[in-house]
Amino acid sequence: MNDTLTVHIEGIGWCSPGLADWEAARGALREGRVIERTGSAKSVPALLPANERRRAPEIVQLACDIAGQACAMSGRKASDLPCVFATMHGDAAITENLCLTLAGNPLELSPTRFHNSVLNAAAGYWTVATQCHAASNAVSASGATFAAGLFEAAVEAHADGIPTLFAAYDSHGEGALAETMRLSTTWGVALVLNPQRGPRTQATLHLRHDGRTQVAAPLATGTPFEAALPLFAALAHGRGGDVRIVSGRSTTLAIEVLA
Amino acid sequence: MPSRIPPLAITAHTATSALGRGRAAHIQALRDRRGGLRANDFTAMPLACAIGRVEGIEQVELPGALAGYDCRNNRLAWLGLGADGFLDAAVAAIERHGAERVALLVGTSTASVGATEQAYRELDGDRFPPALAAPHLHTPHSLGLFLETVLGTRGPCMTIATACSSSAKIFAQGERLIRLGIVDAAILAGVDSLCGSVLFGFNALELVSPEACRPFDAARRGISIGEAAGFALLERDGEGVPRLLGHGESSDAHHMSTPHPLGLGARLALADALARAGIVADDVDYVNLHGTATLKNDEVEAKVLAETFPPHTRASSTKGWTGHALGAAGILEAVLTLLAIEHGLVPGTLNTTTPDAPCAPQLALANESRAIRVALSNSFGFGGNNCTLAFGGAA
Repeated sequence: MNDTLTVHIEGIGWCSPGLADWEAARGALREGRVIERTGSAKSVPALLPANERRRAPEIVQLACDIAGQACAMSGRKASDLPCVFATMHGDAAITENLCLTLAGNPLELSPTRFHNSVLNAAAGYWTVATQCHAASNAVSASGATFAAGLFEAAVEAHADGIPTLFAAYDSHGEGALAETMRLSTTWGVALVLNPQRGPRTQATLHLRHDGRTQVAAPLATGTPFEAALPLFAALAHGRGGDVRIVSGRSTTLAIEVLA
Repeated sequence: MPSRIPPLAITAHTATSALGRGRAAHIQALRDRRGGLRANDFTAMPLACAIGRVEGIEQVELPGALAGYDCRNNRLAWLGLGADGFLDAAVAAIERHGAERVALLVGTSTASVGATEQAYRELDGDRFPPALAAPHLHTPHSLGLFLETVLGTRGPCMTIATACSSSAKIFAQGERLIRLGIVDAAILAGVDSLCGSVLFGFNALELVSPEACRPFDAARRGISIGEAAGFALLERDGEGVPRLLGHGESSDAHHMSTPHPLGLGARLALADALARAGIVADDVDYVNLHGTATLKNDEVEAKVLAETFPPHTRASSTKGWTGHALGAAGILEAVLTLLAIEHGLVPGTLNTTTPDAPCAPQLALANESRAIRVALSNSFGFGGNNCTLAFGGAA
């Protein structure tokens, strides 16, 4: 049985400290510059209307920024694409705010903060902003979040034979929860994945779940930025190669990159 | 429209909720018209509402090797996993197919955030107290990490957290992984437990009823929050077991916490579920509705129901029996739907006496006995996230 999923990348989005988009990140990766792994990053969610931008938490703006970049590069309408948003921690700032309010006076809980606290907040704001009625998903898998989300997006693309949007993101933070989870970096990446090769294909990935070998134990803290970097380094250099990313307690996502 | 998919066998399934532990407790409560809601005795600060609390969570002791995962949500998962022989069936499937050919797909909305709430109540200066400092108690994937450790699966494992559609969507996810040949079985788990965030959060949105919820009643006043653990095992083949026929997912693209006024997302999810099952609305004998008892949800869902199905299709909300189990509602109500098929029983809509006018003629208030060959279950979540599942009786 062929258990390899082949997806063709049509668009890439990026946001990390000091690198606002994929063009900037590709330059830095090509030139072998040190990629900053700590700190915040400014996001510009072009597809979010002004009133939604005011309402949306920062982490949602980050997710909408990278998703918008990937869609723009692909030339595809965001409203046509099913989407998979992956985040290891969700919105730790909102979680902290809710928990502190609950520890003080629970009756003062903010209704807006509460509905923004769901892990699918980014998918919700994104689908409203882009008028997307397709399936939207929100995935989390601790230190395996990047691999799990990428794999799920590829599975959805193949299950229905249509291009699918994938975005992975987390945010740096402050406070007891952020310290426990070591949230020191804001970062996000997004890909538009087409199960068919086409004129917009920029690179091709063969994805295979490897349940027999373990590259490393998944991290319980930090963000999946480090795990995602080798794949994007290969894409930046336009070179083929094999990348293996931790995808579970003792499993690996094997990726063959064809430039 | 998506193409028809091959049906999958549901070779094991179970639920634990305010109605009790396991399928027999659930069908007995439905037959006896005995609901599981009670006055809120969960929150330290009084909040006048009814809750669907699971008995016995406080007494659960996790085995020594799992003690580090101890929290209300994982205790509820442990309680539910042992019911109806589900754990044995899951272990047997892993032996049959190989651990790397079995996916573990988890649906939850708040996971173990109750432990995070506790850590903030007991802050040690500006840090979590040592007893609550473990990262795996504060990650949205805590349930997945716990169950992956218990079961030893080596297939794809992740959490879907799309609010109240979470554990319905894992059925769709499992079906895709099996159809594409990536795994041979999928263990589906949906668990959500009572915590301050959801009780006071929905209260802040003015969506919590001060009394036991009355779905579709003209005098309904909002939801009653519950907790539950549900599990299902999907495989290609199985003798004499119910089947997953189809699934549909959609986005309202309307608002974070209010449904689309015309039910657009609900209609799209329904249409895709019917198309994948290769059936039409006329073939549907029973629909387990989302039916939260909020003003908006029930108004929109009743309209979609009335406009889509013939009167011989029967429909009900079971939220008046169990409360709204949020991220676990999808799989809890999938199990209730499978019980309806197995026992030929349309459960009524408990606590509801005077349906909204006009309301769907399909709505069943009293229990009804009838053969159910094909049934649907609706789950709609914040963010306008919708999922409809289609189930069939044993082939």
